[in-house]
Amino acid sequence: MEHPDAGSIVLDGKLVQVRSPQHSQELGISTVYQEVNLCTNISVAENIMLGFEPHRLGGIDWKKMNALASEAMKRLDVAIDVTQPLGNFSVAIQQMVAIVRSLEVASPKILILDEPTSSLDVNETNQLFGVIRKLKGEGIGIVFITHFLDQVYEITDRITVLRNGKLVGTYTTASLPRIELIGKMLGRSLTELDEVSKAKQKSEQKMNMECLLEAKGLGLTGTIEPIDFELHVSEVVGLAGLLGSGRTEIANLIFGVDAPDKGSLAIKGKKISHFSPLASLENGIALCPEDRKAEGIVGDLTIRENIILALQARYGWFKFISTQKQYEIAENYIKLLGIATPSPDQLVKNLSGGNQQKVILARWLATDPQVLILDEPTRGIDVGAKAEIQKLVLQLAEEGKSIIFISSELEEVLRTSHRIVVMRDRKKAAEYPGDVDDHTIIQTMAGIL
Amino acid sequence: MMQRIKSFLVNNGPLLTTITIFILVYVAGGQLYPAMKKPQVFFNLFVNNAALLIVSIGMTFVILTKGIDLSVAGMIALTSAASAALLVQGVNPVVVIILMLLMGVAFGVAQGSIIHYLKVEPFIVTLMGLFFARGMAFIITLSSLTIKDPFYRYLALTKLHIPFFEKAYVYIPSLIGPVLLLVAIYLANFTRFGRTVYAIGNSEQSAMLMGLPVARTKIIVYAFGGFCSALAGIVFSISLLSGYGGYAPGMELDAIASVVIGGTMLTGGVGNVIGTLLGVLINGTIVSILQFNGTLSSWWTRIGVGVLTLIFIGIQSLFYMRKKHS
Amino acid sequence: MKNNTPMFARIRENRLFWPLVALALIFIFNAIFSPGFFKIGILDGHLYGNLIDVFNNSAPLMLVALGMTLVIATGGVDLSVGAVIAISAGMGAVLINPVFGNEEITNAVAADPNLTNTPLWLVVVVTLAAGTLCGLWNGILVSRAKISPMVATLVLMVAGRGIAQLIERGQIMTVYYKPYHWFGNGFILGLPVSIYIVAIVYAIAWVLVRKTSIGLFIESVGLNSKSTYYSGISEKNIKLFAYTFCGFCGAVAGLILGSYIHAIDANNIGLNYELDAIFAVVIGGTLMSGGRFSLLASIVGALIIWTFTITMYIFGVPANALLAGRAVLVLVVILLYSDYARLILNRLVERKGVQHDAAN
Repeated sequence: MEHPDAGSIVLDGKLVQVRSPQHSQELGISTVYQEVNLCTNISVAENIMLGFEPHRLGGIDWKKMNALASEAMKRLDVAIDVTQPLGNFSVAIQQMVAIVRSLEVASPKILILDEPTSSLDVNETNQLFGVIRKLKGEGIGIVFITHFLDQVYEITDRITVLRNGKLVGTYTTASLPRIELIGKMLGRSLTELDEVSKAKQKSEQKMNMECLLEAKGLGLTGTIEPIDFELHVSEVVGLAGLLGSGRTEIANLIFGVDAPDKGSLAIKGKKISHFSPLASLENGIALCPEDRKAEGIVGDLTIRENIILALQARYGWFKFISTQKQYEIAENYIKLLGIATPSPDQLVKNLSGGNQQKVILARWLATDPQVLILDEPTRGIDVGAKAEIQKLVLQLAEEGKSIIFISSELEEVLRTSHRIVVMRDRKKAAEYPGDVDDHTIIQTMAGIL
Repeated sequence: MMQRIKSFLVNNGPLLTTITIFILVYVAGGQLYPAMKKPQVFFNLFVNNAALLIVSIGMTFVILTKGIDLSVAGMIALTSAASAALLVQGVNPVVVIILMLLMGVAFGVAQGSIIHYLKVEPFIVTLMGLFFARGMAFIITLSSLTIKDPFYRYLALTKLHIPFFEKAYVYIPSLIGPVLLLVAIYLANFTRFGRTVYAIGNSEQSAMLMGLPVARTKIIVYAFGGFCSALAGIVFSISLLSGYGGYAPGMELDAIASVVIGGTMLTGGVGNVIGTLLGVLINGTIVSILQFNGTLSSWWTRIGVGVLTLIFIGIQSLFYMRKKHS
Repeated sequence: MKNNTPMFARIRENRLFWPLVALALIFIFNAIFSPGFFKIGILDGHLYGNLIDVFNNSAPLMLVALGMTLVIATGGVDLSVGAVIAISAGMGAVLINPVFGNEEITNAVAADPNLTNTPLWLVVVVTLAAGTLCGLWNGILVSRAKISPMVATLVLMVAGRGIAQLIERGQIMTVYYKPYHWFGNGFILGLPVSIYIVAIVYAIAWVLVRKTSIGLFIESVGLNSKSTYYSGISEKNIKLFAYTFCGFCGAVAGLILGSYIHAIDANNIGLNYELDAIFAVVIGGTLMSGGRFSLLASIVGALIIWTFTITMYIFGVPANALLAGRAVLVLVVILLYSDYARLILNRLVERKGVQHDAAN
């Protein structure tokens, strides 16, 4: 689906250039994506066989197609009514159907499964593993992409670790203990970032015990288990956890993008009754979202417009921030955060990732929030900019703001947080003071502690 | 056994609802106006809505792919004007009919290609198609042109008597719709083309990744739509025995309404042509009731159809939101 | 090697540039081929001439283009503008002269130019209210019921003509009341009243979108509604405003249009206005997908299509015949401004650049 601009792919000893998904299928590589790429409105049999379905005089031979499809499913020990629409079945079954199609369309030598178990429960996962073992027995090579470590250890022979788009290494599963695996996933620190630790020590001395934000049993069915959580003035709380552990979901709940159906959230003792981004804005809660491009920047607007956007939202339609004031605010933050741009009229989509992140940060700082939630603020940013942002976080805390800092890089979380909350499997696993060692956290994430 | 019945109901829910509504509306009409109980009234539904049925069948396929074709009414007008002009010149009526159908297909292919290859939204392309078609019709003739051709007159005036129903009859063009319906049912359920249409409507990306011929199918769908519009235009010009660029105003909405009321969702992938037939019949029954009433002007049908469409789309919207969240 | 000075580049990038160029081309064409086009004289104390007529008669379209701009900028469309014009004008006509049928023609009393059943100010208010309500209706369907703008406004586009017919009881209503004629045919300080009306509505619109945050929010919603939501902006209310304002503009246009020949035909008044309005908006640089917009550019766009149509009239091409051409024109303009075109242009420019470098 995408084309590499470096390196090569060798299949069966031959160099190949994969031009398209169809071409990859012809080469013997089949992929089942996380989002099942089938059509839920047509029957299971059609999903398996459409494109090479059996015909007889007068059109599609439904009887034969259904029979063949049923056979194919039974080969994977799944017995279902193949005449029903795909959408009537659970995601687990849909994934099975996707696998069956990829096996029927061509005889693949390699099967790539991208996060196949994200929506499966234990039984369904076991069923899938049964299928995987069977296929393995038939000589098919399987690439199993996942972030569930238990499953990695249950089904795989070898593990390849990728981090930030780079290969970390390939190891045999049997010889790589879980702790080491997590260590490789999270990475080590660099000396440039030591300054940040010094800034943190200074901040600790001034930490205030007044509770600013309090969540009691806050949860959303199917997304987050009820969670208790406190945030104090001038405090940075880091939210650590692996991908899918629920960190972004908690952020969205607190900020009001999603409304919780369990528990309560109070800021400065006052319970929040209405959940929406605007309400949060008015309550002094801000969120820099995880997906900068889709949820953060408005790329075709200028830096100035992006920066004053939330502030203007709070003022409403008629209390207009004069153009002059807009430029003042924009230029102030450009200087403060060191946004690299010739002018505030530059379109945000033309900025680098790091500068885009700074613009979003500026947008929310302009609203003078009491609570600032940062979801992966340093993702895809060069080291220098990373350090700047981390330093800024501590500085803001020192000035009296409270920050929830979410990051997949453990080093970062440790460096900037006064307290760390570890999430695992959509619930809060543990809470530690800021000087905890990374080993403890890793073990908590791994489920050992 | 219970499971089979249950799954049948769930899978065909919308269609069953539409059948029920049609029966209710028709029976209600019969109660209000006893004259409606005559069998001819039922057959008149096919006579009076011949063109609408044909055009709606084409529209069904387009909407199934999550597209829309606003140009249908324009195509009907253009076909009527072009046919009339050619017939006045003395061109053989059979040749005229074939030419018109080819024109419809070509128009549809053009629209489909722009939509798929140039990636312009269907509603924009077909909206421009609507104006373009009407415009071309006006270039052909600024005012209504009468058709005097004997073959057309024969088609327009010959009554076909229905067996078993003593005084009931239809005209020859009224049969085209039902025949086309059978063809459409076959296409939708027994050809790879038809199943691909459904797949595209559900998720074009999935269909592509499954290796299905998405581009070709989409263009054929719009070509079929153009064909149906042209065919409907021929039927239309037969029944009016004239051609004019201003004919069939608002028929695109009637077609969309019929398709939507028939249970096909605007979001694509769900629905079938049988539902569309029922949608047309319901539309026609409401018009009949209004005619039997006599006091309410015909403009109320415009409004009524509009409101009904909105209600059905609103229900579809709710249904869709509910499904997305579960 | 740059062959543009920075200032020339800035002018080229201004939204108004290409529309004004197009307009200039049409004017130049007329100056050369239709001699009396620019002749302006004074008659009865007001300016008189082809050019004045053009400005006067394009006023309703300019108004509709203003409203359509905001709607398209939010990523939607309003196909019902013609029907809104018909409903608004119809309401006005009915209030002035509720006498129907043959009575209207033979009844000398009804033909009295000083007689009206309703005071003029009320007529104006009801006309404007009718159109604005239609806009509100569309806005609610789009923003609250989450019905796609195309479908929601299509319904009003078709059903609305029916409503207008009902209001007028199927007649073409002639308004004899003299003061009503003033909107479309009167003059203030030598210039047509309609131009002043357009100027006022434009001023209102400009203040609303550039002196409040509404304009920024509209652009933001059209460009990236998700990010806009995360920033605390209510997409629903912005869309509601845009459609309501579009309805209002349609109402004002209906008032002027009805006033021109003071015979209001529910079927034909405002016919095909949606096509020309969309043209005016897209040639002004606003994308159909939404985002940045320019009210002034849309007004220039309206003037372009209107002047083009008039020029064709002068050369004997009837209105309906132009319909096909206008439709193709809109599609071409949309394609020119689309990403696809940009891609092709970039590739052409790249290749030229490569050739140039190779030559060096």
